[in-house]
Amino acid sequence: MEEFAALIDALVYTRSRNGKLELIAEYLCATPDPDRGWALAALTGGLDFPAVKSSTIRNLMHERVDPMLWTLSRDFVGDTAETASLLWPAGEEPPDPPSVSEAVETLTAMTRASVYSELPKLLDRLDASGRYALLKLATGAMRIGVSTRLAKIAFAQAFDVRVEDVEEYWHGLAPPYAGLFAWAAEDGAPPDTGSLPLFRPFMLAHPLEGAVVELDDYVAEWKWDGIRVQLVRVTSKAGSSETRLYSRSGDDISGTFPEFLDALPLDAVLDGELLVRGVHQGGERGGAASFNALQQRLGRKTVSKKMLAEFPAFIRLYDVLILEGEDLRALPWTERRARLEASMPRLPETRFDLSPVVDAEHFDHLAEIRASARDEAIEGLMLKRRDSPYIAGRKTGLWYKWKRDPLLIDCVLMYAQRGSGKRSSFYSDYTFGCWSDEGELLPVAKAYSGFTDEELRRIDRHVRTHTVNRFGPVRETDRSLVFEVAFDSVHASKRHKSGLAMRFPRIHRVRWEKPAHEADRIETLRALVRD
Amino acid sequence: MAQDFAWIRPEPHGIHVVPADCWIDPSKPVDHALVTHGHADHARGGHGRTVATPETLAIMKLRYATSDGAVPVAYGETIRLPGKVDATYIPAGHVLGSAQILLEHAGERVIVTGDYKRRPDPTCPPFEVTPCDVFITEATFGLPVFHHPPTEAEIGKLLDRLAVHPERCVLVGAYALGKAQRVIAELRAAGHRQPVYLHGAMEKMCRLYEDFGVDLGELRLVADAGKDDMRGHIVVCPPSALNDRWSRRLPAPVTAMASGWMRVRQRARQRNVELPLVISDHADWNELTRTVEEVDPHETWITHGREEALLRWHQLHQRRARALALVGYEDEDD
Repeated sequence: MEEFAALIDALVYTRSRNGKLELIAEYLCATPDPDRGWALAALTGGLDFPAVKSSTIRNLMHERVDPMLWTLSRDFVGDTAETASLLWPAGEEPPDPPSVSEAVETLTAMTRASVYSELPKLLDRLDASGRYALLKLATGAMRIGVSTRLAKIAFAQAFDVRVEDVEEYWHGLAPPYAGLFAWAAEDGAPPDTGSLPLFRPFMLAHPLEGAVVELDDYVAEWKWDGIRVQLVRVTSKAGSSETRLYSRSGDDISGTFPEFLDALPLDAVLDGELLVRGVHQGGERGGAASFNALQQRLGRKTVSKKMLAEFPAFIRLYDVLILEGEDLRALPWTERRARLEASMPRLPETRFDLSPVVDAEHFDHLAEIRASARDEAIEGLMLKRRDSPYIAGRKTGLWYKWKRDPLLIDCVLMYAQRGSGKRSSFYSDYTFGCWSDEGELLPVAKAYSGFTDEELRRIDRHVRTHTVNRFGPVRETDRSLVFEVAFDSVHASKRHKSGLAMRFPRIHRVRWEKPAHEADRIETLRALVRD
Repeated sequence: MAQDFAWIRPEPHGIHVVPADCWIDPSKPVDHALVTHGHADHARGGHGRTVATPETLAIMKLRYATSDGAVPVAYGETIRLPGKVDATYIPAGHVLGSAQILLEHAGERVIVTGDYKRRPDPTCPPFEVTPCDVFITEATFGLPVFHHPPTEAEIGKLLDRLAVHPERCVLVGAYALGKAQRVIAELRAAGHRQPVYLHGAMEKMCRLYEDFGVDLGELRLVADAGKDDMRGHIVVCPPSALNDRWSRRLPAPVTAMASGWMRVRQRARQRNVELPLVISDHADWNELTRTVEEVDPHETWITHGREEALLRWHQLHQRRARALALVGYEDEDD
C-alpha cells in the first residue's frame, strides 16, 4: 500500500503526461502480481466495493468529528476521501500498512454492517497518504488526472506491447488482469477474446476547428444527437448467441435497452447512434426524437413496458467493425460502408436504420447544407476520410466533427458553490438566471466550465466579496455579474421554475462590464425551444 | 453582562478604537492607524499617522517610499493614545516586526492579534500569550484539516529533492515578505550552506531582514546567474512567478511551494506544484484552538479566514465568540 500511496501522490503532483506515464509504468514493472493488477484496476475505475460509499465515510467521520466541522472541512477540501484522510485521528501504533491485495480482499469481504468496524481497522494501519490512497481505491473516484486510456498507454509502455492490443484484450478480463500481465509481462499467450461479446474501443473524431477538407477524400454524415453505442453479437461454438449493448465509455447498458437483446439476426460488432422514435431527427417518418426524449430512457436499471412503448429505441448505424467473424477494421471506410449497406436488408427496420451520407458538391456547398439544416436536434456534421481504417481513439486527420455553432445568451450569476477536484475551495459551480416579465431573475442553467484558471480566481473573488446570503455551501450573490452562456439547445422542463432547461450549458465568456439589467429575458430563451 | 466593549467597534474597513479615533489595520486611508504587521492587506499606505514596530515601519517605507507620520513603538512598549487608551505591542510570531496590539481602556483589555503563529521562526520573536477580555483573532487556517507538520520535516523534503536531482534546481514559491526569508533561514538552520538564488522581487526585503540582524547566508540573484550555476541549487521566487515565463531561464526547475494551503492536494494541483511544502506563517487549527484556551478570554472575535469552523469550536467548548466579517483581508499566498 505504501508504494501505491506514493504512486497516487506522485501522480497528483505530476503535471506532464509523459511524467505520469513513466510513474505508472515504473510502478507496474516494480510491483508483483496481483498487487499491480489491483492497482491498475483502481486507476481505471475497475473496482467496486458496494459496502464502501461516500456516505459510509461520512458516517464513519461523524462518529469521530463534529458533523458541522466535518461538513465545513469537506466543503473546503472538495474531496471526501482526502478530508477523511486528513481528519482521521492518528493512532498510537506505528503504521502497519496492508498490501494492496490484502486491502482489496478485506474491502471485498465487507458488508454494509461490518464496514463500520472493519474499515476503521484498515485506516488505523495507515498514515495520511495511505488513508487517502485506500479511500480513493475503495470508493472508486480517483480524480488524479489519470484517464483509463492513459493507464493503458502506460501499461503498453511498461511491457513494450501495442496499446491497440491492450485495448482489445482489456475488456475480456477482470481485475487483477492476470491474463493481461501473463501475456504482456511474462511473454504468455494472448488472452482468447474471439468467443466473447466484447466491447471494442470506439473510433473518435477531432473537432474540425476551421479547417477545410476535400470532399473527394472525405465523406459527410450527420452527427445525430443521441448516445453513441456499440452493439455486439457473438455465437459460441456450442451455438448459443449473446448480444450486448455498450455505451461510448464501454459500459454495458444492455439492461437499460432490452429491445436489442434479440434484435440482431447475425454475429456482428456495429457502431451507431442510439435514438428514440420521434419526428425531429430525420423527418416525420422514421425519424428520431430530441435528446430530451432519449433521456427518459437513460440510466434506468429496470424498464417498464410503458417506457418501451412510449419511447421505443433504435440504432442509426454508422459503421461495422466485425461481421460474421470477419474483422473489417483494417479495411477503408468505403468498403466497410458497402458491407454495412449490404447487410441492412437482414436487419429489422424497427430497430435499425442507416445514417445516410450527406451529398454535397464541394466544401462550401456542404457548409451551406450545415447552415441551413432546419432540424434543431442535429448536432452538426461528421467528416470521415474515405480510406480510413477503424482505429481506436482519435487519430489526427481521419475523422472530424464539425459541430453546430452554439447558441448564446447573457445570464446573471445568482448562486455559487465550491467546486470539487481541481477546483476545490474555489467558487466554481454557478447558477444563472434570466429576467422574467415581472423583472424577477429565474434560474435557467448551471455551469461549471468554460473559464480559465485566471478567470476562475477573479470570479471566486467576486463571489466572496458580493455575497448577500449563505445557504450551507452555497452563496447567493448580489446578482451583478453577467456571463455569456453557450449551450447546444434548450428544452421545456418541469424541474425549473423558468420552465426551461439548457443542454450542455457552459460559460462562453464573462461580461465584466455589462450591467445585470441588460442580460437576456426568459422570453428570448423560450423562443429557442424546439421540442 | 456588565462589559460590552462599546469602545472598540468592528467596522467593515477595520477595527475602530472609538475614544482614540484610530483604526487597526484599516483597509482604506485614515488619519490615525495602528498596524500589526507589514503584509499589504494589513499595512496600507496613505495614513496620517501610522503606529507600528520599527521593523513594520521599515517594511512599509520600502513598499510606499515614505515614512511620513511614522510612530515607532518597540515590543513591550506602551503608548498612550487619545481618549485614555493604552496600546502595547506584543510579538505575534508571524513575520519580522509582527505584533499583537493590546488595547486597555477603562479597565478592559482587548487584544488584536493581526496574523500569528505559535511555532518557532528564526526570523522573529515568538507569540506571547497575554491575558485579555476580548481576543480578536485571525482564522486563516481555521479548519481541523489544517495541521502544519514540523517545519524541519518539510525542509528535509526540500533538501532531499535537491539531492535527487543534481542537474535540476528546486524553485520554491514563497510569499515575498516573511515566508521567503523564513524558508531561507530554516535551510541555514538545517545546515544548508550553498548559495540561495533569488527572484529580483525578493532582494530588497531579504536585505531589510539582514539589516535587522537575520542571517540569510549567501544570497545571489537569478538575474546575475547563468543557467548552469543554478543546477543543484535552491531558487526562491514569489508564488506568482512559479508558472511565469520568468522561470524558463532556470535549469529544469522542480516546482515547489511553501504554504499552509499545500496541505490540501488539490490546492497544490491548482498551482501546478510538484513539491508541496506545508510551511505556514499562520496558526494551524490546533494552534488556534490552543491559543484561545491559553489566553482564555471572556470572548473571542474572529476577523477573517474560515470563521464558521472556529465559531463552531467555541460553541462546542462553551466559549463566547463572534465573527466580524471584515472586508479587504485576503487569503494571501501564505
